[in-house]
Amino acid sequence: MSDVAERVKKIVVEHLGVEEGKVTEAASFIDDLGADSLDTVELVMAFEEEFGIEIPDDAAEKILTVKDAVDFITSKQA
Amino acid sequence: MRRVVITGLGLVTPLGVGVQTNWDRLIKGQSGIRTIQGFDVSDLPCKIAGQVPRGDGSDGTLNFDLFIPPKEQKKMDDFIMYAIAAADEAIKDSGWKPSTEEEFERTGVTVGSGIGGLPSIHDTSLLMAEKGPRRVSPFFIPSSLINLASGHISIMHGYKGPNHAVVTACSTGAHSIGDAARMIALDDADVMVAGGTEGACCRLGIAGFAAARALSTSYNDTPEKGSRPYDKGRDGFVMGEGAGVVVLEELEHAKKRGAKIYGEVVGYGLSGDAYHITSPSEDGNGGFRSMRMALKRAGLNPDQIDYINAHGTSTPMGDMIELGAVKRLFGADLAGASMSSTKSAIGHLLGAAGAVEAIYSVLSIRDQVVPPTLNLEDPDDGTEGADLVPKVAKERKVRAALSNSFGFGGTNASLVFKAFE
Repeated sequence: MSDVAERVKKIVVEHLGVEEGKVTEAASFIDDLGADSLDTVELVMAFEEEFGIEIPDDAAEKILTVKDAVDFITSKQA
Repeated sequence: MRRVVITGLGLVTPLGVGVQTNWDRLIKGQSGIRTIQGFDVSDLPCKIAGQVPRGDGSDGTLNFDLFIPPKEQKKMDDFIMYAIAAADEAIKDSGWKPSTEEEFERTGVTVGSGIGGLPSIHDTSLLMAEKGPRRVSPFFIPSSLINLASGHISIMHGYKGPNHAVVTACSTGAHSIGDAARMIALDDADVMVAGGTEGACCRLGIAGFAAARALSTSYNDTPEKGSRPYDKGRDGFVMGEGAGVVVLEELEHAKKRGAKIYGEVVGYGLSGDAYHITSPSEDGNGGFRSMRMALKRAGLNPDQIDYINAHGTSTPMGDMIELGAVKRLFGADLAGASMSSTKSAIGHLLGAAGAVEAIYSVLSIRDQVVPPTLNLEDPDDGTEGADLVPKVAKERKVRAALSNSFGFGGTNASLVFKAFE
């Protein structure tokens, strides 16, 4: 797993209080990890803070899974 | 009107978590007032408060993890978590477990707060000034809104009846219990979880009340002496925090399920001073009318009230104005009653005060003992003829108790509780 993926995973575990094993690449924040709409807003803020990037609202709306987050952050860092 | 009884009690106060822990310590004459912990007080004129003791949950300490999953705690300011913890105890104590949809719909929540999430508002304002609006948490608003105490309790327990939140400053807890009792009396619900909560003990809260010249500032080196109602040396109230929650229930509903009944809510009075934003009217007329209305509703004469739990905040003006109103209402009958201020032990819990003090009043009826007014060493002029229970609790007959709460804005509430017969 890439460095970005590891860091994303850590944030998800911390913020949603879920077991690490459940945070797979395909896991959906809302459907699989028990997040509600406010939790996802907070997650996106935590990604912004951790990676020093800005995630606009229209992009944030498309970040539904762990993989979506990793891909978006990686593209920003490239 | 349907009769309303109390079937569950829950407390989180500076004397600790749990009703029995609180009561034992209160009757022993212990104080929960300490030097403020957790934030900088070096530039504040008041450095003492009644803070809820934190710990692993043993010996009356508060451990939020026992009541709320850690992931959820960041969505709630302290006042919400105190309410959840107190409600947890009260609900377990009552033994009420709704099972049918109708039973859930007939169970409601009315837990108010005077101020709400002041620590969240303070911290978030600082964060926004430093880092801008994008860093404001989506949980900021729901963690600070006053009615979210009732909201969370309803969500956690599934109660779908009336969901309300009183906001009347220091009368909040008393109004919450009085209003909830009326909802049951008027057949809007069979069971109500009611009370008050406050968690405004933060730099902004202390600074604000200190600016209004409401706080004690002369006892920073001897915190336990700071709250001293009716004593000549009193110089303002000491801020407290915590929650008091009761389970109120329609009498036949409680009897049918064999619930333990602590007492009956028989009287409720409300009034407005129409005078000043922070000072009580000097003639005490607002408090007088609130007490008179509560006694009338209870169908009791002053000679039938054995204990008065005073508002008694330890401010120079307020204490004597309240006592004057009590003297006018009770006349010669005051000789047969005892009156004390439990704020001497826990400080002023603002929106929680009326609910916490209602519980102490109910326990005085249960155990036939009245709690003391701590630090009452040199009673002020005008206290003659009133038994203010100085320093030591007193065993005595308590058939009925009156509890007063008066708030900023000139809002007054009085409750009367009676032994259940």
